[in-house]
Amino acid sequence: MGFLEIRNATKSYGSVEVLHEIDISVEKGEFLVLVGPSGCGKSTLLNMIAGLEGITGGEISIRGNIMNGVHPSRRNIAMVFQSYALYPNMTVAQNITFGLEMHGVAKSERERALRDVARLLQIEQLLKRKPAQLSGGQRQRVAMGRALVRDPDVFLFDEPLSNLDAKLRVDMRTEIKKLHQDLGATIVYVTHDQIEAMTLSTRIAVMNAGRIQQLGTPREIYDTPSNVFVATFMGSPSMNLVPVTVRVDGANVIAEVAQREGKRIGLKFFRPCEALRARDGRAVTLGIRPEALTDVEGADQRSIHVERMESVVGVAEPAGSDTFVTTRIGGVDCVARMRADAEVAPGSNAEFALNMEKAVAFDPETGLRIV
Amino acid sequence: MDTAVRTGNVARTFIYLTLLLFALFYMLPLFVMLVNSVKPLSEITGGNMMSFPEVWTLDPWRDAWSKAQVGVQATGLRPYFWNSIKMVVPAVAISTVMGALNGYVLTKWRFRYDTILFGFMLFACFIPFQIVLIPMARVLGLAGIAGTTSGLVLVHVVYGLGFTTLYFRNYYAAFPTELVRAAQIDGAGFFRIFWRILLPSSGPIIVVSVIWQFTNIWNDFLFGASFADFDSQPMTVALNNLVQSSTGVQEYNVHFAGAIYAALPTLLVYVVAGRYFVRGLMAGSVKG
Ligand SMILES: Nc1ncnc2c1ncn2[C@@H]1O[C@H](COP(=O)(O)OP(=O)(O)O)[C@@H](O)[C@H]1O
Ligand SMILES: [Mg+2]
Repeated sequence: MGFLEIRNATKSYGSVEVLHEIDISVEKGEFLVLVGPSGCGKSTLLNMIAGLEGITGGEISIRGNIMNGVHPSRRNIAMVFQSYALYPNMTVAQNITFGLEMHGVAKSERERALRDVARLLQIEQLLKRKPAQLSGGQRQRVAMGRALVRDPDVFLFDEPLSNLDAKLRVDMRTEIKKLHQDLGATIVYVTHDQIEAMTLSTRIAVMNAGRIQQLGTPREIYDTPSNVFVATFMGSPSMNLVPVTVRVDGANVIAEVAQREGKRIGLKFFRPCEALRARDGRAVTLGIRPEALTDVEGADQRSIHVERMESVVGVAEPAGSDTFVTTRIGGVDCVARMRADAEVAPGSNAEFALNMEKAVAFDPETGLRIV
Repeated sequence: MDTAVRTGNVARTFIYLTLLLFALFYMLPLFVMLVNSVKPLSEITGGNMMSFPEVWTLDPWRDAWSKAQVGVQATGLRPYFWNSIKMVVPAVAISTVMGALNGYVLTKWRFRYDTILFGFMLFACFIPFQIVLIPMARVLGLAGIAGTTSGLVLVHVVYGLGFTTLYFRNYYAAFPTELVRAAQIDGAGFFRIFWRILLPSSGPIIVVSVIWQFTNIWNDFLFGASFADFDSQPMTVALNNLVQSSTGVQEYNVHFAGAIYAALPTLLVYVVAGRYFVRGLMAGSVKG
């Protein structure tokens, strides 16, 4: 059984069910990220773990103890809020030790714990200040200090970085990851930012409309998304979805793409599995990550499943490290990720290399992945 | 920083003159009260109400405070002043604390139909005084506190609760709920969160509530006249008796001094806390 176990948990507000039968098992020391669009129920699930929201159905347990109905302060959890939620009338030191005081920890012990945490987060010189006298990044640190000082079983983070500017957000992200590695803490972390999810987590739960869409390691989520929602939500720019027709050709399975003027291109599937063969002559959606569609020189030279195709360049957007090029494939605009010095002129014909090893296929009706 | 809109000199002069005029108009009664309260009566009856005294005297003030005939006894206003204090202080304190608790519950411990309940509480702000007189007299009688200062305290607390609840509810609606949740996780209970987290941040709205309640209760005449006995009458009722009851000559100078005594505490509260008043009124008004 997992360290933190969520079994069949549902949540309703009145007659509206906002979370449907959530099942997640988190091991000790894991960094689980709940990611999904705004309003999908991430905060609600986190608040249910914290005990700030009741559980309508199912069970949540921590270290084997069922937590349904247990008061938040008795769950041995700590939470970092999006707004930091620092008590405005207390100093930094009082903010950090308030929880210990409420739990009846002796003053000398509180001071020792405060010193340790302040040293760890390098906020020793801020201890006498009020929250209003701190910068955003400093407030963030204090909020983390308040969580760390409790030495809880599980840390809960609700979009802790979304109020910081871009540069600080990247720095704090690295710092949170480092803290996790150093302390080996068990963390459940909510964000709507898929890059945060990919970089921080040991496992990701992608959520949409109150359901877990996929639960897996960042690699699994990125390379083998279980449906179109996960495929397009994770990754930036998002995955290209091209309508193709399946054609079985002996041992091979070909994806036929309709190009301009009735021309058709055949792309050989890397894994010609039975599920694909069964769809001979039918339409599927081919999913291609931008980095799997590139210029010929930039293509993965080790892969033997690179297909070449000609297409007209739409817009070229140099982004420093790469150049993003749009082109129409199968009647939809696709984004290709090319080397920064790839020479492409808008309106001209260019040769693209498509790595079929990285391509996936979805059922156009259900949106589920076939291969 | 100067954020005012620029105007021409002519317009500016006109504005200042108008403001000055209105200021004078409002100051005039106070001026009349002050100068006449330090004159011998003969100067007033002699007909110069508007001029400065020829002979300065503090006797009217002394008389009004401790010697003048109020009702049937010649006690001055002093005992009634203390009656008012004994009524105002607990009534303001209780209604403010209860309003704060109500606001806290209505915003941070929400329950089914809480907005409807709040709507009913707001009725208290609009019910005319006269309507409650008879039911209230009955309630005070049943509770055995008719004609006492405690009875008046109860009346004013009940009547003020609608206002204080409104103030604190709107103020706490803008207070981040995440702070309450953080405190819950930290292990603080219902009252501890109120006492340690919300109340220390409630300065401006406490000032608003105190000023509002203090002025209303201190200046109330109707409840005082209706529910007080002779020995619990507040200042306002006593002032009326002072003015009405003088059997012989009307001692206008004493009346003026008495009226200033009656107005002094509210003036004092405004001077001490007034600048927080507007700030506090504005604070909760953005969200709500
Ligand atoms: N107290 C509430 N009453 C009714 N609906 C709520 C309440 N809190 C949240 N919801 C709904 O539940 C859904 C999930 O909200 P939330 O967990 O905050 O989403 P997010 O993933 O953005 O954190 C939303 O559709 C929201 O409207
Ligand atoms: Mg949220």
